[in-house]
Amino acid sequence: MYVAVKGGEKAIANAHALLAKRGRGGADAPRIDYVQMRDQMGVLVARVMAEGSLYDPDLAAKALLQAQGDVLEAVTLLRSYRTTLPRFGVTIAVDTAGLPSERRVSATFKDIPGGQQLGATFDYTHRLLAEELETPEVPTPDAPEAEPMPRVTDLLGVDGLIERDRPAEGWTDPDPGDLTREPTVFPMSRAERLQALSRGDEGFLLSLGYSTQRGFGNTHPFVGEVRVGEVEVEFDAPEIGYAVPIGRIELTECQMVNQFVGSADQAPQFTRGYGLVFGRAERKAMSMSLVDRALRREEFDERAVSPAQDEEFVIAHSDNVQAAGFVEHLKLPHYVDFQAELGLIRKLRREFQERQAAAVPSPASSNDRDSSTGYSSNSNSNSNPIEEHV
Amino acid sequence: MSAPHIVYNEGYLDEQTKRVIRRALLKGVAIPGFQVPFASREVPMPRGWGTGGVQVTAAVIGASDTLKVIDQGADDTTNAVSIRAFFEKVAGARSTTRTDEATIIQTRHRIPETPLAEKQILVYQVPIPEPLRFLEPRETETRRLHALEEYGLMYVKLYEDIARYGHIAKTYDYPVLVNGRYVMAPSPIPSFDNPKMHQSPALQLFGAGREKRIYVIPPFTDVESLGFEDFPFEPQRFDQPCEICGSVGVYLDEVIIDDRGNAMFVCSDTDHCERTATASVRDETTEVSA
Repeated sequence: MYVAVKGGEKAIANAHALLAKRGRGGADAPRIDYVQMRDQMGVLVARVMAEGSLYDPDLAAKALLQAQGDVLEAVTLLRSYRTTLPRFGVTIAVDTAGLPSERRVSATFKDIPGGQQLGATFDYTHRLLAEELETPEVPTPDAPEAEPMPRVTDLLGVDGLIERDRPAEGWTDPDPGDLTREPTVFPMSRAERLQALSRGDEGFLLSLGYSTQRGFGNTHPFVGEVRVGEVEVEFDAPEIGYAVPIGRIELTECQMVNQFVGSADQAPQFTRGYGLVFGRAERKAMSMSLVDRALRREEFDERAVSPAQDEEFVIAHSDNVQAAGFVEHLKLPHYVDFQAELGLIRKLRREFQERQAAAVPSPASSNDRDSSTGYSSNSNSNSNPIEEHV
Repeated sequence: MSAPHIVYNEGYLDEQTKRVIRRALLKGVAIPGFQVPFASREVPMPRGWGTGGVQVTAAVIGASDTLKVIDQGADDTTNAVSIRAFFEKVAGARSTTRTDEATIIQTRHRIPETPLAEKQILVYQVPIPEPLRFLEPRETETRRLHALEEYGLMYVKLYEDIARYGHIAKTYDYPVLVNGRYVMAPSPIPSFDNPKMHQSPALQLFGAGREKRIYVIPPFTDVESLGFEDFPFEPQRFDQPCEICGSVGVYLDEVIIDDRGNAMFVCSDTDHCERTATASVRDETTEVSA
């Protein structure tokens, strides 16, 4: 009876024991080692790192195992750990033009300095389910490529065909805001927005990016370039006085070239959308660059007509840790609020029935009952009393 | 490179973050009912499950504090148990279920029946801090409305409720005007609890983790539930007493007891119910023995 609503510590402990058992599977099969996870599920690990905002393949692999493969749960684990780490400072902006690219493709030019390089990609694989996975030999390249690979957008920039990625002069690289250490207040700077997008949910950004292609905020995108590779991270430690390399991280970068703008006193130029994500995450980087460009509508005086152009809508709902938590909190007890609603709906129904009963003796006047009681039945106002369950 | 060793600070949050939260709280005290943005951190429970309340509690709790955690008025609902266990683990705090013994009470959706006293802190878990959110979803707009003290939208909504239903159809998270200036969401407490906020001797702190906002009602502050002269605010009331302890004038949970829709009404505040029931049993025993 009343005890049924009591949860209690024992029930929680038992539930967690059961969860662990379900995650273990058969005792005769070995547990998956985190190293296997890290190396054989690299794309998944990269997603957890990106959305968890922490570059640590070992911890991401462990989080995935602990979460039994629930990506958002693993992301939450990583975020909760990340937030306890001290922040030493800001690294020097990584130089993606200098990164020895493992993969680099451009859809805007057939040949580009440094060449196109397919690298490790699912593109052009036939999506046929394999009986068994094979690892064919990878031939060593005839001559190691030492040719530099300038960004395609930089090549376009030479002639001013595309907007600059920084002001022409008098520009010093400002410290970016930090989404995780400062309050989010709208409107955001583009740097903050890019941070939010980079850790945003891949599925959400994919759908938003897709929506811009289907007419909800079209930006006429071309993939200027997608590249994947490892880049050196340098940190300017004040005690030392010069930049020290602190490690290498794998990144996916997408430079989207978008529709041009111009005016009476400015020649037409292509515009940019930008995506940068940890690990091998091409789909995410491309989606991010589409959404980034759509969100820059104010800079280009574009009319806001679609969800992808709406900063508050996109940024406030892109974080899957927040979204998952709030949706799932609906399973927490809401007895008190529901009781309050029950009380009101019973009262309203009682009053309705009383009015009905009073109206029965004079059926002739039943047609104009609505207006006689002052209750509008055709109002399209959305003041539904049960509108917000929180 | 070896895997990093995982260590957590006392109270989970690092000291820098605690200072950030305390600064936001102080600003909140200075401007009652104003939503102060803060850099809400992740805590090891999901967003929407009390992460704002947990951060506020973590920032104010100390070694000499006694913590009570309730969810829906009860100390033993699963999430309350989980949050209490968290603080026992990371802050080494003493905990209690007695409202009068607690120095800090973290709550979701209720204010305890036992009147609060000076030097007590009530920490609310807040899902949606913006009272105007469902009237105007954009924060850039609502911020301006608050700044201009432009609350016409809210009064129109309350008026429309009366026009459609004959009542203000807001039964929880009923908007209040704090210190005669800011309209504030009291979190989804039932409107039954609203009058307890007015001139309360306790410090009332509100933490919205997912929405990254903190706001405060300092002790002895005017808190007025919105209404009209001819349709004043009316808190919900129950006609029946609690079927366990017999209390009247308290908030009740309806517990369905069979498959024919029969129900019993019992206190939502488990601490109040237990203490009242024990006290009446004791009275009866004294009477019998005398």
